[in-house]
Amino acid sequence: MKVAYWPGCVSRGFTPELHGSMAKVAPLLDIELVELDRACCSGAGVIAEHSQELADTLNARTFALAQQVQGAELMMNICSTCQGAQSECQERLDANSEYRAHVNETLANEGLSYEAGLTNKNFLWLLVEEIGLDELRSRVRRPLSNLKVGPFYGCYIVRPRNRLGIDSEHPRDHYLHQVIEALGGTVIDYAGMRKCCGFPIITMNKEASLKQAGRHLGDAVDAEADCLVTPCPLCHLNLDLQQPLAEKVVGRDLDMPVLHLPQLVGLALGLEPKDLGMSRHVVKPTSVIDWSSTVVGAAAPAGGGW
Amino acid sequence: MAETQTAGAEVRSADPEQFKLRLRRYDPESGEAPYWDEHTIELEPHRSVLEAILQARDRFDGSIGIRCSCRQAICGSCGVRVNGEPALACHTHLDAALEGARDGVIEIEPMGNMPVLKDLIVDMDAVHWKKIQRVTPWLIAKQPVPEREYIVPRESMIDVTQTMACIQCGACVSDCLAMEVDPGFIGPAALAKSYRFVGDPRDDQHEERLLDLSEDPEGIFDCTHCFKCVEACPKDVNPMGQIMRLRRIATNDFHIVDKNNGERHEAAFTGLIKDNGLLWEAELLPRSYGGNSWFGKFAPPAGKELLSSLPAILKGLIRGKVSPMKALKPHRIPKNDLKQVQSIYDKVESREKRYELNLYIVGEDEQVLESPSATSDPVAVGVTAEPGGKEPDADPGAEPTDTPAEQRSTTEGEGK
Repeated sequence: MKVAYWPGCVSRGFTPELHGSMAKVAPLLDIELVELDRACCSGAGVIAEHSQELADTLNARTFALAQQVQGAELMMNICSTCQGAQSECQERLDANSEYRAHVNETLANEGLSYEAGLTNKNFLWLLVEEIGLDELRSRVRRPLSNLKVGPFYGCYIVRPRNRLGIDSEHPRDHYLHQVIEALGGTVIDYAGMRKCCGFPIITMNKEASLKQAGRHLGDAVDAEADCLVTPCPLCHLNLDLQQPLAEKVVGRDLDMPVLHLPQLVGLALGLEPKDLGMSRHVVKPTSVIDWSSTVVGAAAPAGGGW
Repeated sequence: MAETQTAGAEVRSADPEQFKLRLRRYDPESGEAPYWDEHTIELEPHRSVLEAILQARDRFDGSIGIRCSCRQAICGSCGVRVNGEPALACHTHLDAALEGARDGVIEIEPMGNMPVLKDLIVDMDAVHWKKIQRVTPWLIAKQPVPEREYIVPRESMIDVTQTMACIQCGACVSDCLAMEVDPGFIGPAALAKSYRFVGDPRDDQHEERLLDLSEDPEGIFDCTHCFKCVEACPKDVNPMGQIMRLRRIATNDFHIVDKNNGERHEAAFTGLIKDNGLLWEAELLPRSYGGNSWFGKFAPPAGKELLSSLPAILKGLIRGKVSPMKALKPHRIPKNDLKQVQSIYDKVESREKRYELNLYIVGEDEQVLESPSATSDPVAVGVTAEPGGKEPDADPGAEPTDTPAEQRSTTEGEGK
């Protein structure tokens, strides 16, 4: 399937391994990525805090660019924060035609216009709802047997439920669980899996921010997870890049690798940890987990299937 | 119970069914540790979790502690956690609760972030009410007080009814994730209450209130934006949304530059996107501490912060996560697109009045009613309105209105 692909800023900045691993995983799932390289930052809620109209207009521009991609079935992102921030703007734009016309008037200068009703899905949602868990399972070359994975959802992709379309038919707040299982891994539940990583207040209250990250990581350690997986690069910054500082704040060793969602999927689809940029993390998954044989099996030859 | 959850409402059986409850029990005076207690009760599925707890108390154990009064989601007494999520026990149907149960047993605990007095009863005075008192929860009238009534715009009054709908149940306080790590955080309920006065044109102390809440290290900039309170609130008060509006008015209208980096962070983020189209993470941090310019990183607070972050930065560099080029040079969108983005900034930022769509006031398209009275005539409201004492008596989504957007003057109040 062809998608208008919004990678976000951080996946091309401080977590380049996320963007890189998505590019490697997409062809294995027959996803054609048409990158929205002309679009700008979603604002991560901060621009909306400054000016709602500004955030709405900038994101309407992104949506309009996505709607121009010929043959794309929907827009896909790989950043929970973008999903949350864009959903908030889209809610306003879709709810009120007069407001939409007002925003489109600003976009008209650039020959752009947003039409209500865009479908914008995080890679996680697309995996479950478009590709399907059975199809995903059938493409696994290296089942993650014996790998104990703690899902870290964060906030923007699970709350508020109404805006994000979470209900009993679309239990999107359980999709990480479902994907980990489909890839052959073992899900580890722990207290912090749907809590805040602390990133939004890292510049305002660093201690509270790192305490949040440190607690969730500590919970996962106590629950005996081998690693965490997250659909959000900003969570990754606080959980991985800041982990050494978080260790100091909570006063314990953590040593908990944190994987981006496409990395976990890529591993199960047979890609090598190094090719997925896993040596680029601050807590190197490659040094904490023995990928060779004990935890996950060797990749089956292509076309083998499981 | 007209407004309770409706999951599975269509095919409800009228017959009583058995439900298993798992109650968290604790009596601090006993010296014993908290423990779980299970009871099986029998009630119709549409009955409430509160009724189930009361039946367990009546039939099996008279010592179960629960606080309740009205049993119709208006007094705010019976806040608990049902299956780990904050809720009013009287506002949660048994069948809906069972759907969210992990193992077929409905789990009921006391609310979080507040000390337990006994079983399901928490000490609201020690946390919730203390925080409400912290924000000066009354109107400080503009002087001179008019002889008759204040005349205020209709939209302003509808707007503040959203925060006035708070029933002080503490559900948002219970699950506030910032408060979990920083108990001093003023928190969602009290800050929503604060917006009730900052958003009220009759109040005379908007700037003083905002200055206070901005400068407090545990004030408006301590919120982690996690949406927990939005989800927890049984009355759609949207506390986090109100906190974001307090920030917006503090930084944009009153130009308050706080010592907690709140204003600088917002200015740096917004400015970096205008300059580059994409976020330049390496610049965001120092500018948030040192000020929104390229020189910001050389300001003493930024230097101190960089020094403390050095271990993380070095590790990032060694791993190839952060390249020196990325740290020194921003990534940008193409030139023509950057121009488009900047022209959007220029157009929006040059408006005399901030243009905002408040869905609470206008509702969604299909909800807006055609009405001959849909004018924005000011309504008179008495100055002695009781904070938190009024319930909006109409569905705000159905309020007739002819203005699609709340318009707040950017020049309201005198900039500092």
